[in-house]
Amino acid sequence: MNPQIVRLVLGRLGVALVTLLIVSFVVFAATQMLPGDVVEILLGQAATPEAVAGLREAMHLNDPAFLQYGRWLIGLAQGDLGMSYANNLPVAGMIGGRLANTLMLAAVTAAVAVPVALFLGITTAMHRGSVYDRIVTTGIVAVISVPEFMIATLAVLVFAVWLKWLPALSFANDVTSLAEMLRVFAMPVITLCCVISAQMIRMTRAAVIDALTMPYVEMALLKGASRRRMVMRHALPNAIGPIVNAVALSLSYLLGGVIIVETIFNYPGIAKLMVDAVATRDLPLIQTCAMIFCLGYLTLITLADIIAILSNPKLRK
Amino acid sequence: MQNLVEIRDLKVQARSDAGRRIEIIKGVSFDIAEGEIVALIGESGSGKTTIALTLMGHTRPGCTITGGTVRLAGRDLVAMPEAERQALRGTEVAYVPQSAAAAFNPSQRLMDQVIEVAQIHKLMSPDAARVKAVELFRALALPEPETIGQRYPHQVSGGQLQRLAAAMALIGGPKLMIFDEPTTALDVTTQIEVLRAFKSVMKLGGMGGVYVSHDLAVVAQIADRIVVLKGGEVQEEGPVEQILHRAEHPYTRELLAAFEPVPYASASRSEAETKRPILEVRNLVAGYGPLGRDGRPHKLALNNVSCRLERGQNLGVIGESGSGKSTLARAIAGLLPPVSGKVLLDAHALEPEARARGKEELRRLQIVFQLADTALNPQRPVGDIVGRPLTFYHGQKGAAREARTDELLDMVRLPRAMKHRLPGELSGGQKQRVNLARALAAGPEVILCDEITSALDTVVAAAVIELLKELQRELHLSYVFISHDLSTVQAICDDVMVMLNGEVVERLPADRLQGGAQHPYSQLLFSSVPKLDTGWLDSVPPRAAAL
Repeated sequence: MNPQIVRLVLGRLGVALVTLLIVSFVVFAATQMLPGDVVEILLGQAATPEAVAGLREAMHLNDPAFLQYGRWLIGLAQGDLGMSYANNLPVAGMIGGRLANTLMLAAVTAAVAVPVALFLGITTAMHRGSVYDRIVTTGIVAVISVPEFMIATLAVLVFAVWLKWLPALSFANDVTSLAEMLRVFAMPVITLCCVISAQMIRMTRAAVIDALTMPYVEMALLKGASRRRMVMRHALPNAIGPIVNAVALSLSYLLGGVIIVETIFNYPGIAKLMVDAVATRDLPLIQTCAMIFCLGYLTLITLADIIAILSNPKLRK
Repeated sequence: MQNLVEIRDLKVQARSDAGRRIEIIKGVSFDIAEGEIVALIGESGSGKTTIALTLMGHTRPGCTITGGTVRLAGRDLVAMPEAERQALRGTEVAYVPQSAAAAFNPSQRLMDQVIEVAQIHKLMSPDAARVKAVELFRALALPEPETIGQRYPHQVSGGQLQRLAAAMALIGGPKLMIFDEPTTALDVTTQIEVLRAFKSVMKLGGMGGVYVSHDLAVVAQIADRIVVLKGGEVQEEGPVEQILHRAEHPYTRELLAAFEPVPYASASRSEAETKRPILEVRNLVAGYGPLGRDGRPHKLALNNVSCRLERGQNLGVIGESGSGKSTLARAIAGLLPPVSGKVLLDAHALEPEARARGKEELRRLQIVFQLADTALNPQRPVGDIVGRPLTFYHGQKGAAREARTDELLDMVRLPRAMKHRLPGELSGGQKQRVNLARALAAGPEVILCDEITSALDTVVAAAVIELLKELQRELHLSYVFISHDLSTVQAICDDVMVMLNGEVVERLPADRLQGGAQHPYSQLLFSSVPKLDTGWLDSVPPRAAAL
C-alpha cells in the first residue's frame, strides 16, 4: 500500500472524528435552546414549584451546561446513551428496534435505487441527446419537482385505496415471509426511490458525459473500441469519484430525512421517533437521534471520499 | 496502381453553438500512395486535423461529412456503416494524437492500453500482444522496454508517452498511420529523439502515413509530400523539395518567410553599456512547497540566478520545460516571492512580493502571459480590459480614458471598433495583442514576455514579434523575452541566457548563438532546432550519452 494513500485516508478519518465532535457540541447546544421546560411537561398538572425544583435537582438540570455536555459526551463514548426523560427507559433500548427498521428500509431502498440510478445515468450519458435520454431526463425533472408527500399520498391512493394491492400502513413487525415483506416495503421504497434516485441519475449522467469528452475516450474510439467499451473501460473508472459522492449524499438522506414517508405510511422508524421526542422535550432521545443521523451522514461521506482517494490512479504504485 | 488513400472532394460541416452550419472543409482532394508519408500543413483552424480524422471515418462531435469520398484501400469510409469503420480503426489505420499525455487513460497501466487494440479486434492473445509491444518499445528506443508498460501514464515523461502512443498505434499492424502534431508539445531536444524513432519505424514497416503539423521544418524531416491547407482548402501540393524551394502559392511563401531568421539590429549597444541597467537580478533563489531546514524551498525552481537588462535592450531566456524560465518571470514580477536574492529596477531594490510594491514600481514593470485565453477576463469587453490599468495607474476616466484606449489599440494594430467585443470573439493573435495593449496601458519601462508567441501560429507569431520591435522603437521599452523557441528569441533579443534545471548555464550575445555556444547543453539545444532541410535529421548526431 502506498504510504501516501494511508496518510490521506487516516487524515480523512481524523477530519471525520473532529467533525463528529463539533457536531455533538452543536447538537447539545441546539437542544438546550429548545423552548419549553421538560420538567413542567413531565409533571403536567402536578407542577408545583417545589416538585419542579426537586425534579430539576434530581435530573441534574441545574448543573452548568458545559458540565451536562461533558457528562453526556463521556456517556456517549462509553455507549451509555442516557435515560429517556419521558418514560424513564434507557434510550438505547428505545432506539434499537427503530434503528433496525430504518436501516432495513434504507437498505432495501438503496438496493433498488442505486443499481437503477447508475444504469439510467450511464445509459443516458451513452445515448446523450437521443429520445431515450430526453424521456429519462424530463422524467427526472418531473419526479424531482413533485414533493415526496405528494408521491407517497398518490401511491397510497392508487395502490391501497383504488387497486387494493398493498396495505396503506407498513407495520414492519408483522413481516413473516418474503411476499409479506415485499407488500410492506413496496410503497415506502417506491416513494423513497423517486426521491433519492433523481439526483444520483443526474450526477452520474453528468460525470460520465464529462469523462466521455476526454481525449483518451476519443483515443479509444480511434482504436476501434465499441461505445460500450469506451464507457465501461475508459470513461466510468475515471468518473468514480463524483458518482460515489452523489450516491453517498443521496443515501445519507435515507437515514434522517425520511420523516414524511415514515409518517404517511406509519412506519416505525427512527425519524418518527425523533419527532415524537421533540414533542415531549425528551432531550436525551433527541440528542441521540441527531447524533445517529450525523454519524450515518459522516460515515457515508467519509466512505465516498476514501473511495475517491483509492480510485485516484496517481496515488497507485 | 491504386493508391492507398484517395480523398475526393471532401466536405465537412460544423455546427456552431448558435446552431449555424459552417463548412469547414470545402472540397479537399489528395492521394497517398503505398508507403508514402504526406504532410498536412496549415495554421490552426485550417482543417488539417479534421481531414486526418476523416481517414478513420471519425468526425468530432458537431461535425458531419457532407460530401465526397474517403477511400482507404479502395473502400469508402464515408459510406460504410459504423460497425465496419470500428473494425478498420486500429487495424488498417491508426492514430498518434497531439497530446499523448491526454490520450492515455490515467487509471490504466500503459501496457493494458497499448495492447487494447489487439484485444478489441482479437488479433492475438494478450501474451503475444505483450511480447510484440515490448518489441515495439525497443524499436522506438524507449528506456526499460521490458517494464515500462507496467507504469501508469503519469509516471513517464512527455516524450516517452508520445513514443508509447506510437507503439499503441503500431501494435495492430496498420497500413496507414496518422500523426496529429505528435511533437508540438515537446521540447526541441525531446522532439528530435521522437522524430528519429518515428522515422525509423515508419521506414521499417513500409507504412503509409499522414503527418499533421504546422511546423514546416519538422515535416521536411519525415514527409515525402506536403499538402498546404488554409481555410479548409488545399492551397498547394507537391514533393517536399518543391514546396521548400519553389513554393508558388503566396500563403506557402508566407509560411516559409516566417522561418527565415530576421537578424535583429540591436539598439546602440555601446551607448547602453555606459548606463546603469534598467533591471538587474542578483542571486535569485525561488521554488515551490514549504521551506526546508536549510531555508530552501522543497522544490527548487531557481537556483542562484543572476542577470541584467540594459535600458532599451532585450534579454532572451531559453530552456526546456521545467528549466525555471517562467518561474524567473514570476519571481521578478513578485508573483512568486523569491526566498533570497534581489530584484533591482533602475538600481532600486524591489520588495519580493508584488503586493508590497508601490504603484509606481508596479507600473514600470509589466508582465504578459503565455495564454491570452486565460489571462483576459472573458466577461469584460476589450475596452474595459485595456482601460482598467489606465484608471488604476493614471487615474484616467471618461473621455480621456476612451481616447487613450483608442491610441493603445492603434499601437497594437487592432481596429478601434474591437473595444466593444469580448475576448472570446477574437482570434488567438488578436487576444495576444489585447494582452500586450493592457501591459502597455500602464506605461511600463520593462515588459516580461512569458512565452507570448508559443500558442500562436508561425505567421501570426512573426507579426507579433514585428509589433514588439516597433513598440520598442517608439516607446523605449526593454523586454525580458522568455521562450523555448530559439528562432523567436534570436529575432528580438540582444543577449540570450540558457537555463537548465533552474540554473543559468550560459550567457551569449544573440548573434553568436549559432556556433558560439560553449556549454554542451546549449550546444545540444541549438543543434536540436529543426532546419528547413530534408537531410537535417539524419545529419544530427544522437544525443550524447553524457547528458
